[in-house]
Amino acid sequence: MKKFCTAVVAALLLPGSLWAACAFDNQVEIKSLSAGFQAWKSVTDAMAECGNFQAELDQEFRDKQVEAFAANPSLYHIGGVSNSTLVPLVNNNLVRPLDDLVAQHGGQLSENQLIRQNGQVVAIAMMVNAQHLMYRQDILDDLGIAEPANYEEVLAAAAKIDDAGVVDYPLGATWKTGFNIALDFVNLFLGEGQSLINDDLSPSINNETGMYVLETMGRLKEYMDPEILVSDSTYVQQQFQQGKIAMANLWASRAAAMDDEAESQVVGLVTMASAPMGSARPASTLWWDGTVIASNITDEEAEAAFRLIMEGMDTEMVQANNDDAIWIIDGFAPGKSAEGAFATAANGAAPYPASTEFGIIFNALGNGLAAYITGEKDAATTLADIENEYLVGAKEAGLIQ
Amino acid sequence: MKFRVFAAFAGPSLLLMLIFIAIPLVNVFLQSFHNTQSIFETVEIETCTPGFGTQTCITESETRPVLGEDGKALEKTIFVGWESYRNILRPDQAWEAIKQLNWSGLMAIDFWKALRFTLTFTLISLPLVIGLGLVIAVAVNSLAKSIRGQVIFVSLLPFIITPVIGALSIRWLFIGDGILTAMLEWWLQMDIAMFAQAWTIELMMLFYRVWHVAPFAFVVFYAGLQTVNNDTLESAIIDGASRFERLRYVVIPHLMPLIIFVSLIHLMDSYRVFEEIVGFSSQAHVISLQWLTYDFLVPDESGNRSISRASASSMLTMIGIVIILIPLLRKTWKDHRARVL
Repeated sequence: MKKFCTAVVAALLLPGSLWAACAFDNQVEIKSLSAGFQAWKSVTDAMAECGNFQAELDQEFRDKQVEAFAANPSLYHIGGVSNSTLVPLVNNNLVRPLDDLVAQHGGQLSENQLIRQNGQVVAIAMMVNAQHLMYRQDILDDLGIAEPANYEEVLAAAAKIDDAGVVDYPLGATWKTGFNIALDFVNLFLGEGQSLINDDLSPSINNETGMYVLETMGRLKEYMDPEILVSDSTYVQQQFQQGKIAMANLWASRAAAMDDEAESQVVGLVTMASAPMGSARPASTLWWDGTVIASNITDEEAEAAFRLIMEGMDTEMVQANNDDAIWIIDGFAPGKSAEGAFATAANGAAPYPASTEFGIIFNALGNGLAAYITGEKDAATTLADIENEYLVGAKEAGLIQ
Repeated sequence: MKFRVFAAFAGPSLLLMLIFIAIPLVNVFLQSFHNTQSIFETVEIETCTPGFGTQTCITESETRPVLGEDGKALEKTIFVGWESYRNILRPDQAWEAIKQLNWSGLMAIDFWKALRFTLTFTLISLPLVIGLGLVIAVAVNSLAKSIRGQVIFVSLLPFIITPVIGALSIRWLFIGDGILTAMLEWWLQMDIAMFAQAWTIELMMLFYRVWHVAPFAFVVFYAGLQTVNNDTLESAIIDGASRFERLRYVVIPHLMPLIIFVSLIHLMDSYRVFEEIVGFSSQAHVISLQWLTYDFLVPDESGNRSISRASASSMLTMIGIVIILIPLLRKTWKDHRARVL
């Protein structure tokens, strides 16, 4: 559904003469496939310093990662994953247990970086991420509005800002059809402390919580850009930078861009705060990004790949790129851009509940929610249709009978 | 031509068509009636994930595919009959909506929504492409010979732009406060959001498609214009036919086979409208049949793909193309018969 347009494919092939800052001289040809945002660029650049390394940075990596890793030998040695994209790789047994390699070469790793399943290390995390509230401190101060703590207060603040007419739209949101809008729904839903899928894998969104979430989204929409259904993270970031919006829930990894003097007209004016609270916890989910090593490669390649990962995720890299992400690597100094994410986590936000069945309902939400926002369907019909779509998908996948 | 000579010429092409068109088609046809799924089990798994500072470990039951002895997920393929088609067409729900003349009820089903757009897009763009192509061809044909080459080159440019790139350019001109939206806003003194409702997006898509394809029609018609019989044209002038009458009664009948050819190609192409949807990221408002197939095929966050529904959807698209081509094919066949007799 998606997003050819944001796909950034960059292939880096550094000649062997540039192994300046690398501790060892890599002799094995290693390739990696990961997402393409700035943190990945920093990490893969650091890996490339060891030579014989080729990184493919592609925002649409998930479309090809499973197939590429299923090939024997695998087309890539290192894979960049997050909570959700790890699921299909583990399900199909395509990632290598890393315990031996961690014991041998992973002295620098902290326990927090090790993603374990039943005690086995399956991935090495490098950063955490969350969506949280960003707002224009100057505008809220001028209008005498306190920091909004929940969506009622966000709405009240939006109404005041709208009356004052100081920005084009009081609110921005990552509501692009597909991944973005589905995640916002999930955030609000989990904020109410409810789960979207029952234990018997039947859907559970066409209920009071679902109605409440849609109703809230409908009220928020009134203060947003009418083109909100094509608005992704980059679009919201630019709206902030150009002073067009006053508040939005946006990724922590975008926070540093607000103070980028080359792009931003609002340097120093945007405050990072916790995601608004739902009735149980913040309306946000915690994510992590990290690397896996393919199972269909030789042990020699796996070892070289692991040593490259250690080189890419070292303190030196973090110190050079401190503001690119909330690194969980030794040497990270949390700055202003990490405040919102830390506050969100401190308030108790839940990890994103990645699983096979969640992928299906997530997809159904991404495709189905727009009909409510455009007014094509009412809330009950929208939720019923999404549940129906989930049931068809889950049945086809063999999850339910 | 001797059969052996004919076979030697046509053979390689027929073989390639068999390998790359016929066999995949049969394969997709069979897949649309089957469904391959993993076998799932519920297992208790302790998962440790990083947090902000501290790690969280939770034990919960998770649904996972069962792995076979070779380490790959076990799969089974079952015959599902028309189920995938039913899941796409939703015949009961659609029939209910039709009986009650409930248009929005019908449009609530993805397939019918996509079909509505695909058909209007195809049928509206067809006359525009033919008309514009003809106008450019006639105009270029009456230009002085010395500048024709340059004009033809410039008019062909839209056609050689990669469709997705072309669609993205239009998107960037109009999205948010894009240059052209800003210009329109300044000119009309009102706030315009081109991507906020379906009809403006559809209008941009039509504009883009006509802009992109008209040069193709133009080149074909222009070639045809070079073979118009000058004697007939001159006698029409002597008979006092106006410019328009000459076009209507001499040129267009002469170009008719080409017009039908361009129509056939355009119908086939635009029924598979896809680049516009992706380029304009319009799926919130407008979707097409080809996009629906693509959407079934793309893995979701957890790697699930609906191969069976994708196959069924592409079979339906193919059937749609055949149906939409029937009138033109019948006309061609009749003309052919008339000529033979």
